[in-house]
Formats: sequence, C-alpha cells, structure tokens
Amino acid sequence: MNKIFWPVLLALALSACSSTSGTPAAVEDRTGGTTPTEQTAGGSKPAGGAETTGLGGAGVAGSSLDGSGKYTGDPRKNPASPLSKRSIFFDFDSFVVKDEFRPVLEAHAGYLLSKRDAHVVLQGNTDERGSREYNLALGQKRAEAVRKSLKVLGVPDAQLEAVSFGEEKPRNEANTEAAYAENRRVDVVYTDE
Amino acid sequence: MLRAALLFRLFLFALLSTPFAAHAVMEIQVVGGAANRIAVAMLPFQAAPGQPAPGLAQIAGDDLKRSGQFNLIDVSGTQAPADLAQVNPGAWRGKGAEAVVVGQVTALPGGRFEVKFRLLDAIKQTQLAGYSYTISAAQWRTTAHQIADIVYEKLTGAPGAFGSRIAYVQKQGKRYELRVADADGQNPRTVVRSGEPLISPMFSPDGASLAYVSFEDKKPVVYVQSLRDGGRHKTAAFKGSNSAPAWAPDGKRLAVVLTRDEASQIYLINADGSGLSRLTQGGNIDTEPVFSPDGQTIYFTSDRGGSPQIYRVAASGGEPRRLTFNGSYNVSPTISPDGRYLAYIGREDGRFRVVLLELANGQTRVLTDTARDESPRFAPNGQAVLYATVQGGQGVLGTVSLDGKTHARLSESGVDAREPAWGP
Repeated sequence: MNKIFWPVLLALALSACSSTSGTPAAVEDRTGGTTPTEQTAGGSKPAGGAETTGLGGAGVAGSSLDGSGKYTGDPRKNPASPLSKRSIFFDFDSFVVKDEFRPVLEAHAGYLLSKRDAHVVLQGNTDERGSREYNLALGQKRAEAVRKSLKVLGVPDAQLEAVSFGEEKPRNEANTEAAYAENRRVDVVYTDE
Repeated sequence: MLRAALLFRLFLFALLSTPFAAHAVMEIQVVGGAANRIAVAMLPFQAAPGQPAPGLAQIAGDDLKRSGQFNLIDVSGTQAPADLAQVNPGAWRGKGAEAVVVGQVTALPGGRFEVKFRLLDAIKQTQLAGYSYTISAAQWRTTAHQIADIVYEKLTGAPGAFGSRIAYVQKQGKRYELRVADADGQNPRTVVRSGEPLISPMFSPDGASLAYVSFEDKKPVVYVQSLRDGGRHKTAAFKGSNSAPAWAPDGKRLAVVLTRDEASQIYLINADGSGLSRLTQGGNIDTEPVFSPDGQTIYFTSDRGGSPQIYRVAASGGEPRRLTFNGSYNVSPTISPDGRYLAYIGREDGRFRVVLLELANGQTRVLTDTARDESPRFAPNGQAVLYATVQGGQGVLGTVSLDGKTHARLSESGVDAREPAWGP
C-alpha cells in the first residue's frame, strides 16, 4: 500500500511548498532488515569536491553478499538500492524535482524515518554560468525543493538541512552542456558518512 | 588649468603594476583610453642616496598613464631640477605639456626621507599644488600614489583612487586565497587561505575589515575579518546558507542573505552577529544586496518577477521597486559613490557583460565587450568599474571606465582571479 502512497505524497511535495503533511508517512523498510555497518569516510574532509557515493561502476569495494544474496553492508552503500544514488539532477534555470528521482527520494525518506539519529545535508549546485551569489541562491532553491519533498514524505525538519554551494563545486569542470547538466544537482550527504 | 573643464566627465581608473616584485603580482594590460588626454611632463625627481626603486616619478607616472586619461611627455635626458622654485613650466609648453610635475627626495637621519613635489600649469605658468612629506622607506609607493592622486584630482576635477586597495580571490588548483593588494596590483598579501571556496569579499567603509563568505564549514558562512590583526568571527552562520554580505555606510551593520526561514532572503545584522532583522519577504530569491551611499536604500537581485532583475527597497523595509526591464537576466548591482549610477551584469545573446544604468533617467550603456563578466564593483572615486571575467579560459580581473573607452586587465599566468572588491 505504501507503494501507492509514496508517489502521491511526493507529487504533493513537488507541486508546491504548502506544508501538507501532518500525517506521518508510513515507513517502508528498504534496508532488508540488516544492521548497517559503521562507515567512517573522511571525517572532517570537505564533502563538496569529493562526491558522496564512491560506488560508481565497479561498486564492489567493501560490500559483501551473504549466502542468500542479501546485501549486508550499510544499506546506503548497496549499489542495488536507490539509497546509493545521492544526486538529483535539474534542468537549466529550474528547481523542479523531476519524476525520475522519486524512487531515490522515497528510499532516502524511508532510511531517515527508520534511523531518527541520521541527518542529511542537501547540497544544491548549479552550473557556472552567471552570478556566483545568484547561483548560490538558485542552488539553495534546488536544495529546498528536495528538502520539501523529503519533508512531505514525513522526514522531520530536524534531520534535514538545505545548503548551497552554488557554482563553486562543479562535478565536471568542462565547459560543455553535458558538464553543465552534471553540475545542476542536489547531493544528498549523510553527516555520519 | 582649465583643461579639466573641457574634458567633460572623462573617466579613469587606477590600475597598474611594475613588472617585478618579490611576490607574484598580477600584470596589467591597458587597452584604449580617453580621446582627449591631458599632456603631462613628469620630470625625474632629484634622488637621495638609499632611496627605494623605482623612483616616485616613475610610479606616479605609471598610475597616470594607465588611467587612460593622460599622455606623458617624453622627458628622457632631462636632469632632475635641483631647485624646484627655479623650474620654468613654460619651457615644457613647447613640447606639448599642459602640466609639469617636479620633485625632489632628501635623505633624513634614521632612514627617513623628505619628499617635495610641485604640480605646475605650463600654460598659465602657475603652481597648482605643492606638498612635502616626511616618510619611511615602507611608505614609498603609498607616497607615489598620493602624488598621482593629487595630480589626477587637480587636472581632472575628480578624486584619484591610486592610493586605494583591491581584494580578490585567487584560485590555484584546489587552493583558494583571499588577497588584498594595492590598486596597482602591487604588494599583494594573502589574508585567508582555504581548501574550500571563498567568495563575495567586501571592504568595510573604513577599509579596516573585510566581510566575505567561506565554505570551510561545508556550507556558506559570512565572516568579518580585521585586516589589522587578522582576527575574525562568524557574523552569520545560521541553519542553511549565509552569503552576500554588504556593509552599511555606517560600518556597523551589514545586509546578508540567509535561508534560515525560507528561500534566500535579505536580512540586516550587526557586524558582531547581533541584532538580526529580516528585510525582504516572500518565497522568491532575494540576494546580492548593496546599500546606497546614504544608507537609505538597498539595491538587490530578485527573481520575484519570474526572471532575475534588479530591485530597490528602503533599508527600513517596504515594497521593492523594479529597476531593470531589458532582458531576462540582470544581476549583481553595484552603486557609484555619488549614488547616480548602478552597474550590473546583464545577459544578452548568452553573453554576460557589465551594464551601466543612470538612475535619474533610466538610460543604460553596455561597458564591456567580453562574454563572462561577473561581480562588478565601483572604484572608490566612482570613475571606473572593476569586474571579473574570463580570458583564454582563465579568470582575470578587468576595469573599465564609465565611458567604456579604457579597459585594463589584471592577470597572473596560471592563476584564476575572481570575486574582486575595491576598498578605500
């Protein structure tokens, strides 16, 4: 039943900032019941430049499968889970969260609701064209759009912070449309990673 | 010297450098210049033993030359006059000079120097200015810039800005440095070094502090830092992003942009971080505030009308009024010290360029011919705009006179320069 509810709630989140949800959304457990293992990534290392997920194509480092084929590591690192996806991409000059990113946001909302001591920072980013300060505000608007989506999915404010890096932290420094598209994004960064 | 009156309001700016210094220094290229330049004969100053190099006449002459407002008459082979009172300025009129600068340096005990200079009208054969300074060697360049400022003001009617300072962010690989340098790019000093981005520096009105945004805490936070002792504190570090600091003319308050309540909104805050109050309202982007010189008005960028445009609002609050209407992207306002002009970045055909708006009549003029201009800042004398742009894939700083005729570029090979500020 949750499978029906998530898109509805998300649609509300995407349509406007009207704070609809007094109803805490039910939690769908996507962690497979395993205990997340402690992950210590680079401590105080700045998050922006180094991207949040290191799993990329190979994606096997540190993960292990038990006999049943279940992923036993930190569920956020499971390459098969949408939790391993940490970036929401945006169109030029836009801060609308596109439909294709629903599963990713649903997964992160589910995780945050299952672990109330987890916190995420939503880092908004833009391409390099235009004013740095205006881009900072535009990146913030993107981060806010993702924050509101998660909020409507029931995640408490206290677990969320939306910030912006504007154009300062491009993932791809090339001067091409393809690079710009990679840079227009919000990264979901867990503070304990 | 009535020539000044004939020059309409020709505009200048003050940037230059001598090519070598102990630290890596930005080099300056000048293109163009005013059509109607003032001819000045800058005679060598009589030197004292042990004085720093280059000479005062050289430094001040470079200032004037690179402003685009002056022609320096060739004085090679001329002896420094031994007695300033005996110089006959009329003798230089034949070589086209309208004004003559003469001076001398005398060594004093304790490594100090006495500097005397006079500015003479070659046509009327009168003295326009005469000053004497007692200085240390460390004040050498500052004294030369002061001489250039006096000559500039006497001959053009506008104050000079050669003795002012600029700040900018330098990026080399992943290293960011916030630097303060003389207006000629000389004497650069790094005041903040970080592995994370630094943006939006602004000098306090007295020039003693810099406000800026640092990302060292993994998010933008506004700092105010003393240039005297390097001490600093967080002025705005609220939940969300903190950015776009702009000093009020009283030097006590700043406008900042915070996202603690909603989307980026403008707030006023005391420099020590106390006394926060919200200025703008709504869920749109309001950012890049800047105070009018009288402190009564704040100019800012907002997307409340559907595209980013420049607005103004009373510093006490109220309904903002839109100021820009041409094009779909007008951002980053900066206001001239006399409050008459607004400069900003406008996008047209995909090019971002510096635009000048005369507030009284709404007339606009595109000042630059580049494509990726950012962060315009008025010179403290209001005669030029400093901005960041991209040249050959590298970030460089540029200045342009308000008539758009004189352009200069400051750049250092292999180093990205951006986010300029111009202080007193």
